[in-house]
Amino acid sequence: MKCAPFEYVRPTSVDDVLAALAEADGEGKILAGGQSLVPVMALRMARPAVLVDVNKVEGLSDLECDDGSVHVGALVRHRTLAEQTAHPLLAEAARHIGHTAIRTRGTAGGSIAHADPAAELPVVAVATGATVTVAGADGDRWVAAEDLFAGPLMTTLDPDEMVTGIDFPVPTRWGFAEFARRHGDFALVTVVVAEVDGDLRIVVGGVGPVPIRARSTGAETLGDELTPTGDLHGSADFRRGLAIEMARRALASAGIQG
Amino acid sequence: MSVDITMIVDGERFDLAVEPRHTLADVLREQCGRTGTHVGCEHGVCGACTVLVDDEPVRSCLMFAVQARECTVSTVEGLEGEDGTLHPLQQAFADHHGLQCGFCTPGMLMTAVNLLDTVADPDRETIRAEMSGNICRCTGYTGIVDAVEDAARSR
Repeated sequence: MKCAPFEYVRPTSVDDVLAALAEADGEGKILAGGQSLVPVMALRMARPAVLVDVNKVEGLSDLECDDGSVHVGALVRHRTLAEQTAHPLLAEAARHIGHTAIRTRGTAGGSIAHADPAAELPVVAVATGATVTVAGADGDRWVAAEDLFAGPLMTTLDPDEMVTGIDFPVPTRWGFAEFARRHGDFALVTVVVAEVDGDLRIVVGGVGPVPIRARSTGAETLGDELTPTGDLHGSADFRRGLAIEMARRALASAGIQG
Repeated sequence: MSVDITMIVDGERFDLAVEPRHTLADVLREQCGRTGTHVGCEHGVCGACTVLVDDEPVRSCLMFAVQARECTVSTVEGLEGEDGTLHPLQQAFADHHGLQCGFCTPGMLMTAVNLLDTVADPDRETIRAEMSGNICRCTGYTGIVDAVEDAARSR
């Protein structure tokens, strides 16, 4: 239960982070809040040769509102997200992430880059049509959230790229519902409903390798298009049933007839 | 290769050479003598190792000590008064049977310290929610919630 040895660097600028990642040549890993990375290192499921601690990188902890959208720096902690009022959906989702001692450390950028299919923020990102800012050797590029997630814990990021921020449009109507067996656990199923610029999205987490954007606009028909896989936490049928019920609740709290 | 760090633990300054892979929990226990901070699951599930870093609760098994460079750390061992008087939360845990084996108690107390610092008048539901990241296998939690509620009310 102890991490394997690694080299530790703590750069203070994005450029230096990128240089450290390039130098690590695929063996480096970014350490932000560490709430997902450190457990897998402790279990020796991950053994990065170099840890690039980004906690002291300047300019990544800002949360700014402008023109119907909230820009969240990669280092903004879940606790800050839960307490801000500019983006109520984001606040509601952040309150469901782990426990206080996890939210004080865990970061928005880390959650997005980790791409856990059961995590809250990726579902919110896809539902609101968020844009992820990615820094790389050739400068910044901007990726739509739904193009970022490639599979469970997999993204389309290159090993020497870094998420520096996320722009979450503020929805005009929204609903959030999730089911977890215990308070603070990862959800079995999360459903986020968000209406941005008249476009209504229903996005489901926990029923596939990435957040699933539903084609249907109602809870009843949603079940037909989901193909969850069962595991020890819940069978496929159970998850499908949960998704329908969570969609019903999310739509109701958004004030939308499902 | 070790890294030199300075941190303040319970008001005492420590200049340490730490291995990057050693967690804050390990270094508190093995290099600072703060064995009051307990290590349970070592992967962020049980909450026993909770300490305050710059007044915010963190799981010290999920933070490397090297990251606590120039930070102020509060552990359970800094709670009692200089004359040995128990902190009101410690006294309340004793009064309400909020512990049996005591293994989870340091984490429970540090989580509760933060709860009392951040929520003015917590009800039982809030206390249960805020304490839910700390696992206890002895008490069934009722005594713990009673203790935190009592400490909050008698402030």
